[in-house]
Amino acid sequence: MSNILPDSRGYFGNYGGRFVPETLMPALEELEESYKTTVKDPSFIREYQLLLSKYVGRPSVLYFAERLTRHCGGARIYLKREDLNHTGAHKINNTIGQILLASKMNKKRVIAETGAGQHGVATATAAALFNMECDVYMGEEDIARQSLNVFRMKILGARVIPVSSGSKTLKDAMNEAMRDWVANVEHTYYLIGSVAGPHPYPAMVRDFQRVIGDETKKQIIELEGRLPDCIVACVGGGSNSMGIFYPFTEDSVRLVGVEAAGHGINTGKHAATLTAGLPGVLHGSLSYVLQDEDGQIQLAHSISAGLDYPGVGPEHSYLKDSGRVHYTSVTDTEALEAFNLLCRTEGIIPALESSHALAGAVRIAGEMSSSQIVVVNLSGRGDKDVETVAGVQGVKL
Amino acid sequence: MITGKERIANSFKALSEKGEKGLITYLTAGFPSPDHTLEVARELALHSDMIEIGIPFSDPVADGPVIQNSSYHALERGIRLSNIFNLAGKIREGTDIPLIFMTYYNPVMRYGIENFVKSSHESGVDGLIVPDLPVEEDHPLRECAQKYGLSLIPLVAPTSTDERISKISGRTDSFIYCVSVTGVTGAGKEIGDLKTFSCRVRKNTSHPLAVGFGITGPGVARRLAPYFDAVVVGSAIVKEMDSGEGLPVIVDRVGRLAGEIKATLRNGCDTGE
Repeated sequence: MSNILPDSRGYFGNYGGRFVPETLMPALEELEESYKTTVKDPSFIREYQLLLSKYVGRPSVLYFAERLTRHCGGARIYLKREDLNHTGAHKINNTIGQILLASKMNKKRVIAETGAGQHGVATATAAALFNMECDVYMGEEDIARQSLNVFRMKILGARVIPVSSGSKTLKDAMNEAMRDWVANVEHTYYLIGSVAGPHPYPAMVRDFQRVIGDETKKQIIELEGRLPDCIVACVGGGSNSMGIFYPFTEDSVRLVGVEAAGHGINTGKHAATLTAGLPGVLHGSLSYVLQDEDGQIQLAHSISAGLDYPGVGPEHSYLKDSGRVHYTSVTDTEALEAFNLLCRTEGIIPALESSHALAGAVRIAGEMSSSQIVVVNLSGRGDKDVETVAGVQGVKL
Repeated sequence: MITGKERIANSFKALSEKGEKGLITYLTAGFPSPDHTLEVARELALHSDMIEIGIPFSDPVADGPVIQNSSYHALERGIRLSNIFNLAGKIREGTDIPLIFMTYYNPVMRYGIENFVKSSHESGVDGLIVPDLPVEEDHPLRECAQKYGLSLIPLVAPTSTDERISKISGRTDSFIYCVSVTGVTGAGKEIGDLKTFSCRVRKNTSHPLAVGFGITGPGVARRLAPYFDAVVVGSAIVKEMDSGEGLPVIVDRVGRLAGEIKATLRNGCDTGE
């Protein structure tokens, strides 16, 4: 099914494509060509895999969460520990792949957008390793709530450029990164961190993240002798979920994407694009978008900066419409409960993004039998969120 | 009745007969208020050959700070598409020059392509510029625009390859909008010598060429005019409208700016090749 997607125009069914200013079209054509040839190059593959194992620390562990399982009283819950990767999240899988591609394309400067800062940190890290100039765009709102990651990027030698337009979050950071790319396209590589953006980014980022799902498949067969019954992952732009879902799309495994319901879908203050959005064009591709009647993009809301985005990758829109993936949502409060639960039962501090997946999985596992298996993609560690959680609890650090 | 496409073609024909270069002026609908848009557009119509009416969008990736800011404030003050169609209709009542909507694609999609084009047509709008809609994706809108006699005006950039320019030209039914710099609107990036760029585009098309992005005043306009058939001035006008002065002062200043630029396009460009 989805193995042949996107088509030659970058479409996953009705979604995807390339909706960017003409200035960028030649660069996207060049990127697509380079990507197509480079991924087939055995030396590129070898280098990428070597970096994943020796530098990122892959394969990441597939961990049986026994105490969490007992607490939920249903299916056996496994955690795919992307939080144990170098830099603390799945984002590095993609930045290492793309920076390697950028270096093959002789680019000297990379730019990126970041919400929670995880992609920014992963980009700054890869740029340091490859000795490239790195500018990261980040909304002022996110800079305020993710100060730890901001400083990490600076330590790594990146410049963090505050974005004060619009909602001052990830959406606006991406606008600004695109404007930078338009102006500097000849020598700059735009390293998009999610399965969003114009073709070929959604496919390329998915391909660099599918290692999560490929490993999961191998590991669960080793551990349980069979495929899981269900895989749960959070969906903001959708890279960690695409990464773990993709190798399973043709298997009979239930796939569940969990969006951020913020204060609740009916309050309008949420980031549940697939649940409550409509098809539209944002950041270069056609996909579900949170928008008003005039097609103005609406502000997303989530306690998790990494999910606080009014768009979603086009392949998710396709998987929603085709019914292959079921998308649901959990509120800020439910995510915080799941955050605390994992800390207390397993001694693992999850990212607030991943806490959404956990909350979804706890709900699902409870309704399943003890002979069934659920895998949760624990996409990142929660150190960066400690300040936010303290704030919710009224604690000043 | 004359179609939008014809109105634009006639405008370029008249310019070429007079040996003049055209001035296309831009303003953001609803900024700082709908009254400003209407009054300033009426003034601009006296000096311009065409007017571009910008439909504010929440995420204008092709625009620099000036137009971003104007869009943000227009939306904050509640401008809606229905108001903008009304405004265009009122501007049309006072002038015969071509009116062009500049809009991002999402508002068009959400409104419904056919509805959008039909409303534009009924408001007296002649053409559409959609900066985030490359030729590869423009089929549905182009087809619909054709049905209503509107022109969908494509853009080419300094980065466009000859192959792309030729492909773009093949779908053009009025003029081609040449982006002067690799960058966003009004960003102050220095505009280089565009002679080579213009020659490259002309080699691949026989359609008239307008040049825009970062043309701040008569000086730049005069320098570029020899190589193009029209220049577009946007951010410089919007900046004047953001001065905080009273409406009569703004109208006066914008009128003077447009008048000065048009004067150089009338007189100063016969030295070019």
